[in-house]
Amino acid sequence: MASLKGFFSSRWGPIITGLAVGILAPILVKLGNPGNMGICVACFTRDIAGALGLHRAGVVQYIRPEIIGFVLGALIASTVTREFKPRTGSSPFVRFFLGMFAMIGALVFLGCPWRAYLRLSGGDWNAIPGVTGLIVGILIGIVFLRMGFSLGRNRPAPQALGWWMPTLMVVFLCFLVFAPQFGRDAEGAATGPVFFSEKGPGSMFAPWFISLGVGLLIGILAQRSRFCTVGAIRDLVLMRDAHLFWGIVAVIVAATITNSLLGQFRPGFEGQPVAHSNTLWNFGGMVLAGLAFTLAGGCPGRQLFLSGEGDGDAAVFALGMLGGAFVAHTYSTASSPKGVAAFGPTAVIVGLVFCVVVGLTMRERMEV
Amino acid sequence: MSEITTVDARGLSCPAPAVAAKKAMKSWSRGRLEVLVDSPTAKDNVARLAEDDGWKVTLEEINGGGHRLILEK
Repeated sequence: MASLKGFFSSRWGPIITGLAVGILAPILVKLGNPGNMGICVACFTRDIAGALGLHRAGVVQYIRPEIIGFVLGALIASTVTREFKPRTGSSPFVRFFLGMFAMIGALVFLGCPWRAYLRLSGGDWNAIPGVTGLIVGILIGIVFLRMGFSLGRNRPAPQALGWWMPTLMVVFLCFLVFAPQFGRDAEGAATGPVFFSEKGPGSMFAPWFISLGVGLLIGILAQRSRFCTVGAIRDLVLMRDAHLFWGIVAVIVAATITNSLLGQFRPGFEGQPVAHSNTLWNFGGMVLAGLAFTLAGGCPGRQLFLSGEGDGDAAVFALGMLGGAFVAHTYSTASSPKGVAAFGPTAVIVGLVFCVVVGLTMRERMEV
Repeated sequence: MSEITTVDARGLSCPAPAVAAKKAMKSWSRGRLEVLVDSPTAKDNVARLAEDDGWKVTLEEINGGGHRLILEK
């Protein structure tokens, strides 16, 4: 066990995790997930929000088992290695809104950092302004970090706190398997929620037990290796530390090769799956997402892994993402393949103002 | 025993513990530093950065949770 622990915290940990993501995500597309969306933490959280009835965009409603697997995989790995440590108290209220705005930004681009790299690996060149925006957002976040930005210290919490997020995931799994209908229409007939899309991306999915298995595997690997798609760039720039960066390189190389082998590599800008070609707002949406993720300390996947190892603040961030999905699909800020929505650009600007104010005002004194 | 500088990074989330430790390593350049962490990620990151910078790292568990990393150069 000790050598296994050491192996994953070595240079190979993020690379092995990245290879697993890069190989398995395109396979999930082959098995039914939407194009270039083998894994997308933002899109999948948005689909869960739709299934729960938090928004009524009928084409994006499904309980995505990958998300459940991420949290439960991290729970399993952290319990076995005695790293499960409930904690909270580091500005959870601010983290909720960072999660919300990160989601709003990601849904203007149509993907979180995970999907941005996966879209790139499928030949969707609209991901180039997206990844560029992500990097710019992270760089802005680094400026705030260098100025002393911090959301404050967390503190140890009772064991029970760490179990709420995994419990919520088990409830979601039950919703997926048993598909209960909690709603009643005007005639009193049973209807959703839970909602399941009949067309559109929400109706496209790999067999649930395979998606859950992939989620669990990646959750275990990522908890051990501290894999983070935002920390990769942040640490490279801020500390000249390429440890996590090689994980991202592994994702892109493995996904490009796997997509090519499966006939899913289709280079171009037009007609890409679940994507639009508005360069400015592909860029702008991801600037907001990159900044919000950096201020919150990690990418959306990392927030889920942390919530699985007992971090209550990361769990609040994830709930903020559910809230962001509600806003994005109720207040017309989420893009669609037709293009940017009516209030998408405004929402990005509001989110950037929020993040800049947070970045400038929150400090933690470090005595050295 | 020589004087030891302590960086208490307990409760801080990424990347604050690593940034604080790196700042301390840079400003002291050699000697003995003590970094207190309470998350496995912070422990791994601080240890890796210190070793990359030529510091000898010794790890001790703290009673009640967390780790004390002693960095020497």
